[in-house]
Amino acid sequence: MKFVDEFRDAAVITKARDEIRRLADPGRQYRFMEVCGGHTHAIYRFGLKDLLPPNIELVHGPGCPVCVLPMGRIDDGLSMARDPNVIFCAFGDMMRVPGAHGSPLEHKARGMDVRIVYSPSDALNLARKNPDRHVMFFAIGFETTAPSTALVLMRAKALGIQNFSVFSNHVTIIPAIRAILDSPDMRIDAFIGPGHVSTVIGCRPYEWIASNEGRPIVVTGFEPADILQSIVMLLHQIRGREAKVENQYTRVVPWEGNHAALKAMAEVFELRPYFEWRGMGFISQSALRIRDSYAQWDAERRFQTPGVRVTDPKAAQCGEVLKGVLRPAQCKLFGKECTPEMPVGALMVSSEGSCAAYYNYEHRKHSVLTTIGAAARAATNRAATDRAATVRERA
Amino acid sequence: MCLAIPAKVIELFPGERNRAMVEVTGVRRHIDIGLLEDDPPVTGDWVLVHVGFAMSKISEEQALDQLNTLMILGENEAALEEVQGYGLGDTT
Repeated sequence: MKFVDEFRDAAVITKARDEIRRLADPGRQYRFMEVCGGHTHAIYRFGLKDLLPPNIELVHGPGCPVCVLPMGRIDDGLSMARDPNVIFCAFGDMMRVPGAHGSPLEHKARGMDVRIVYSPSDALNLARKNPDRHVMFFAIGFETTAPSTALVLMRAKALGIQNFSVFSNHVTIIPAIRAILDSPDMRIDAFIGPGHVSTVIGCRPYEWIASNEGRPIVVTGFEPADILQSIVMLLHQIRGREAKVENQYTRVVPWEGNHAALKAMAEVFELRPYFEWRGMGFISQSALRIRDSYAQWDAERRFQTPGVRVTDPKAAQCGEVLKGVLRPAQCKLFGKECTPEMPVGALMVSSEGSCAAYYNYEHRKHSVLTTIGAAARAATNRAATDRAATVRERA
Repeated sequence: MCLAIPAKVIELFPGERNRAMVEVTGVRRHIDIGLLEDDPPVTGDWVLVHVGFAMSKISEEQALDQLNTLMILGENEAALEEVQGYGLGDTT
């Protein structure tokens, strides 16, 4: 509630909350999955769960690209950069993500030339400024980010830049949703669809979720009012026994997506037959590799890729949390062996991962209260002891 | 990482149709507008920027809403840091 109070649209939020209470059938349970990590972050940050009736549960999906990247891919990328002539570039979110032999930042401390870039085009610029070095860009992200990587590769080809390559770890959202829906222990009633991924792919790719799987999906913005309004729209569909794709985020998402972005992706990338997702295993046709026509700029073909596979510890139950079978705090490792400072499982790695978001906003809140409670009890006990001592002294 | 940053197009460059100068809360940086080639922005337009690329055109009102969202999400400093980081390759 605290965060929501700060929001200027308090009236809209109150109205949406009341509408949700009116529409939700108290006799049943609702499980809605928000696919995108940005939504997960917003839901915890704003404390939106506190506004929902207890029979509506929000399940946090696989839409955090850092979280779902298998650890072995980090090791693969870092092993390419072992050549001292290579400059390893990645976004800042990647820098602290541990590989089996340390994070990119730890490799930098050991002497590797590791640099943060904020845009893939800056990685290409770095290659142009350092013609005697090779610049390798470690690319991650869903369809929000993949078109930018594609355009940069098109520019590299057009300019004939030889000392630049991309290690593609781009993934696509639809096969991940399909994997969740196909899993036998799946219990999701409807989806809060991703916002910025949909600016690129539009709303059409979600149609099978409604028509074949009978699950409503609403493409949603990131403000508290957006997310609550989207829940209202989902409840309306469920009440009317409908399942369709709706767009709540029309101010940013065109129904057809961004044609130029899709064209750039199609020019540079093709689907991999399969790709491993951390916490979910191998999913067919779920990731993008660089086409033969861009082979020269494909780091996986320019360098030896060891194909490192690191299995997540068995005790980590990331897959169950991702599918909504378990809540973050129900995992055996949560908050003990696995914390944002020392992540064991995928979902604790990035602030957009559901376990990290839960830990930062819910778990810490409770532990602070517990700490305050303990401190207060200790103070009371101390006072009582002191009083007793005073009484003894007087006696 | 999927949050987008609203920015105002300040300057376009003749002969460089993919580049634009934008401003985000006083910080000016170059971005790539190649993903908007079907409907390129003009000076004064607002765009949503992700990893240095304009993703879509938005209205000024939506831009201010989005800035507000970033602020209440506690992401405005990270967003500004990202924008300030654009063009890192220009100076190295």
